[in-house]
Amino acid sequence: MLGKTANGLFWMSRYLERAENTARLIETGQRIALTRLSSGEEEWIPVLQSAGSLGGFHEAYETPGAEAAIDWMLRGRDNPSSIKTSISSARQNARLVRTAITGEVWEAVNATYMMASTLLARKVSERDLPSALAAIRQNTALVRGMIHGTMLRNDMYDFLRIGTFLERADNTARILDVKYYVLLPSVSAVGSSIDNVQWEGILRSVSARGGFRMEYGAEGGPQEIAHFLIFDKRMPRSLAFCVAKIKDNLRYLNAGQSKPSQSQKLVTHLENTYLSHGIEEVFDYGLHEFIEKMLELLAELAGQIQLDYRFYE
Amino acid sequence: MEKPESFDEMWGVSGALREPYRQFNTWFESEDPARLRKKQRDAEELFRLTGITFNVYGKAEAEERLIPFDIIPRIISGSEWFRLSRGIEQRVRAINAFLYDIYHKQEIVRAGRIPEEMISRNEAFLPHMIGMTPPGGVYTHIVGIDLVRTGPGEFFVLEDNARTPSGVSYMLENRETMLQMFPELFSQNRVQPVSNYPTDLRRSLAACAPPACESEPVVAVLTPGIYNSAYFEHAFLADKMGVELVEGHDLRVVDGRVAMRTTRGYKPIDVLYRRVDDEFLDPLNFNPESGLGVPGIMDAYRAGCLTIANAPGTGIADDKAIYSYMPEIVEFYTGERPILQNVQTWRCSEPEALAYVLDNLEELVVKEVHGSGGYGMLIGPTATKTDLAAFRRKLKARPGNYIAQPTLALSTVPIFSRAGLSPRHVDLRPFVLCSPGKVEITPGGLTRVALKKGSLVVNSSQGGGTKDTWVLED
Repeated sequence: MLGKTANGLFWMSRYLERAENTARLIETGQRIALTRLSSGEEEWIPVLQSAGSLGGFHEAYETPGAEAAIDWMLRGRDNPSSIKTSISSARQNARLVRTAITGEVWEAVNATYMMASTLLARKVSERDLPSALAAIRQNTALVRGMIHGTMLRNDMYDFLRIGTFLERADNTARILDVKYYVLLPSVSAVGSSIDNVQWEGILRSVSARGGFRMEYGAEGGPQEIAHFLIFDKRMPRSLAFCVAKIKDNLRYLNAGQSKPSQSQKLVTHLENTYLSHGIEEVFDYGLHEFIEKMLELLAELAGQIQLDYRFYE
Repeated sequence: MEKPESFDEMWGVSGALREPYRQFNTWFESEDPARLRKKQRDAEELFRLTGITFNVYGKAEAEERLIPFDIIPRIISGSEWFRLSRGIEQRVRAINAFLYDIYHKQEIVRAGRIPEEMISRNEAFLPHMIGMTPPGGVYTHIVGIDLVRTGPGEFFVLEDNARTPSGVSYMLENRETMLQMFPELFSQNRVQPVSNYPTDLRRSLAACAPPACESEPVVAVLTPGIYNSAYFEHAFLADKMGVELVEGHDLRVVDGRVAMRTTRGYKPIDVLYRRVDDEFLDPLNFNPESGLGVPGIMDAYRAGCLTIANAPGTGIADDKAIYSYMPEIVEFYTGERPILQNVQTWRCSEPEALAYVLDNLEELVVKEVHGSGGYGMLIGPTATKTDLAAFRRKLKARPGNYIAQPTLALSTVPIFSRAGLSPRHVDLRPFVLCSPGKVEITPGGLTRVALKKGSLVVNSSQGGGTKDTWVLED
């Protein structure tokens, strides 16, 4: 396979995952804003931060309130993480790697793009927001299903998966980075109602409410949430889960080689050093510092994969 | 049904249904027009979803457009096709022999059949090719011959596309669409299949592998990139052949061979189906500004380490001034009378011809010698006074840059319009594959149709559409 193709596959799936994550973050943000009976800009700043969308936001809008924040995340032309830009970048990459993906996958990506272009052509009203976001998540899920159901399990598939899980790990880490203070052990054992809303918001933004309740019943607090999102290997958006998947796919890519690749070494180091401990140690180390370190290592890993597989040169 | 002004392939000149359309017409008359209109819209949706689009040049953002598709097929009988395909084969063999000759001994010039300056002063003549024989002796691996029709048995060749003919993806996708929308038509009519084209193309290219190739030939398609107007087709063909689609920056010359950068290092290519023009192919040998090509590719080619399809320098055979000599070329190399006729052509470089063209400009079609895509041409009968005056000036300034042809009464085929069936002018581009000793022609081709009433311009860049083209088994 061409290095360029590996690059295209990697970014196609990253952008699709990003569009879906952004949709989920908007849903959560809207939910929290509605629950708290105010919709000031300050509510949305952390959401924009989690989505990696804060840069450029204030320049783009005269009155940067809630409505502007939602529009920026949905359709911001200069926002590289907006749903609209992510989906068109995903399609651009799909066009580039048209020969490496199946017709079904291409058509699903193209249909997603066509749907999003129509849906996001104009500002989406508050009333239409839930159905628009649902349609976007449904379509990106369709692409994932097509990839799962029609692609050969070869190195092309591996690059798609690596792109997906790197983006997802990055997203989970950023949500934790922005909201880490909500999860720090508080003086009182029982959180206030404001804390409860915040905790629920974090779980919602990674589609983990159901799973968490199934696991911890009504008891789980901030420490359990942090553990769940960082270490739980059954939770498909946890850092440990994503990193384990990346590690698997890197191993498949390296099959037949006598030595592990540089990126394999890096992911093993990441897993051994940062993801094989308990949550207490993370709090001792500092939750914020830990997350910063994870983000840094994930970026380094992405860079190493590009080098190992000759994405550019 | 509007009354046709020229020969209509469904209704003739008299309005009597022609035989190849008999079965189709029975079906059409029993169909509900509302259902067909819906199908026409479905077809468009299908094209959009599949992404069968072309990029329009000169727009701020590379805009993707659909080429309009008309659901009424263009139907050719088996016997009509038999004669056409013999004529095409003869012509393509002659073109290959001509290319070999002009890059070697130039016997056709010595024999006085073509003036020497037509070759030596031709912009498309590539000195790098002198004395070199491409692998297998094949110059034009893929050819598209543009044909027009004026009557039941009268076919003319309008143009020989010997460089990089495009449009074959439309031939294939138009058929796929028809099969999906009207399966019943294909059980009622015995239509010869076109779907083998990608497999045939791959086999044909592999058969032209260079001497340096020792195992299963590695084939790749070279595209100028995602913003090229025909990018969809490049990706489509690479996908259907199961080969890599590469760009210049994926390639480099490694140990004398052209190789592509894969995730596991550089891998040599044997046959490169390039959709990049000669000029941009090699910045070391041609245009130094080109970012689309591969430095040193011509040296690898000359050393027998690579096959380039079509061979560099084939452009001289689809030059419109050379076109006017095609009857002589066919006779010279095959020793036979040409089966397909040329359209009468005035070479404006000749003073007498120029005088005639200037006197009769209102009745003629004037084309640039190296033009394509329907750009830079004049259609006398529909041109304004200003256009005519402008072309008179251009002709006087650079006569050698133009040829002129009579305005032909092109045949029509009905399209499905609001009013029902309406005749529109068409042309036909069958696709031909050449490998050593072999010429294969896919039964059918691309039918382009001028959607505007009375218009003779069928180019997609000028608002033309396409149709599925059927060749029946007789």
